[in-house]
Amino acid sequence: MFEVPTDRKYQESHEYATTDGETATVGITDFAQDELGDVVFVELPAVGDEISQGEEFGVVESIKAVSDLYAPVSGTVTAVNEDLFDRPELVNEEPYGDGWMLEVEVGDDAEFDELLSADDYREQTE
Amino acid sequence: MALRKPPLYDVYATDATFTGFGGWDMPVEFESIRAEHEAVRDSVGIFDVSHMGEIVVSGPDATLLMQRLTSNDVEALSPGESQYSAITDESGVIVDDTIVYRLPEAEDRYLFVPNAGHDEAAYRRWVDHRDEWDLDSEVRNETDAWAMVAVQGPDAAEAVDHATDADVAPLSWGDVIRADVAGVGSLVSRTGYTGEDGFEIICPTDEVEPVWSDFAADCTPCGLGSRDTLRTEMGFLLSGQDFDPDSEPRTPYEAGIGWTVALDTDFVGRDALATVAEEGVEETFVGLLLRERGIARHGHEIVDDGDVVGHVTSGTMSPTLGEPIALGYVPTSLSEPGTELSVVVRGQEKRAEIVTTPFIEDN
Repeated sequence: MFEVPTDRKYQESHEYATTDGETATVGITDFAQDELGDVVFVELPAVGDEISQGEEFGVVESIKAVSDLYAPVSGTVTAVNEDLFDRPELVNEEPYGDGWMLEVEVGDDAEFDELLSADDYREQTE
Repeated sequence: MALRKPPLYDVYATDATFTGFGGWDMPVEFESIRAEHEAVRDSVGIFDVSHMGEIVVSGPDATLLMQRLTSNDVEALSPGESQYSAITDESGVIVDDTIVYRLPEAEDRYLFVPNAGHDEAAYRRWVDHRDEWDLDSEVRNETDAWAMVAVQGPDAAEAVDHATDADVAPLSWGDVIRADVAGVGSLVSRTGYTGEDGFEIICPTDEVEPVWSDFAADCTPCGLGSRDTLRTEMGFLLSGQDFDPDSEPRTPYEAGIGWTVALDTDFVGRDALATVAEEGVEETFVGLLLRERGIARHGHEIVDDGDVVGHVTSGTMSPTLGEPIALGYVPTSLSEPGTELSVVVRGQEKRAEIVTTPFIEDN
């Protein structure tokens, strides 16, 4: 059974976002990290870059697979988890904690509302 | 076409994730590729390699037939020995790489192991040439009759010793004996493709379960994912990827296995290879260590001062080194260790350096 915390929302392509109304934290789900296996490389945008909901914003690679990352929300990147460059395995160990990827300044609550609830996402992974 | 299932499929179906490979539905990962890789480097792991082919060649002309269809010197083998070899076409291009066993009990009986999905083509190649040359030899494709379990790692000898009635300690690399393993009549050879000490156990398909279960108690079950990272760290070739008669046609000299070519024997491709040996190769198989973050993968371009000069055929993150490594072909003039090139990863050049293989210390 995979962890699907109810304090955030999800995208079908297995990214999550949390938001306090101004800043969203973005990462990939427990299900996604398990599917990928040992994560060995993460490519992320720089602070100041714009990302758009549904569009690629980076790449995550495990030993066996290369996977594009799709933005769950639109906005300006305000922080990048640089720890992942040296310790990409954090994505496996704590996908919802220290394995986070980006912080994004968001303007559009409607976008966040469109994302899947924890229950709907869990259903998709079962 | 439906994927062929290995005989142990039901035993580990719920413990592993699977991938299609060479027409077989094989376990790619049990717990974690990294953990499986480390188990083989540090202690011992077991692999189901039943997707490998088994072709048995016997009869008065068996030695001659084997000699004429493989690049190495089959006559150098005594019964109970094996050798790595290449199967080449008339132009000297590698069709497949294989282990040729001269079976222990008889002078004129061989088993060779083509790669997954190549068994039927190898069988036909042998039968067609036997008929063309009018040789007295029986050739049988016994791939479905035999399962194969690889026990690999520094503790492999101990593990195999526990499981068998025979004394495996005196075996040298390549030696093969008949022995009971977990009570099952098997062929046991001191071979493998991980760079560690190890054994491969060939036993009847319908009796492989007790063999696997016996080892699974003390050895880490490993999938094709770690098999790939282990062989890549050694610079070992993967058939169909590092060479392929259609997509990556290479001679043994280009592919770095010129030592398997016995030019003083007569085999298909020998004359073409004699010319290559004399003239040298334009491109050479090399190891590359990436000096920047990024993972080189199959098909990525290798560039020198902005010019594309070669390409990557295999690449991964080395679990042992914690650094990205790659194998590929570059012009021989750029193949010296220390040469600085770049690999293009998703449009970005990553600095890389030619290094000698194996990438890790050779055990």
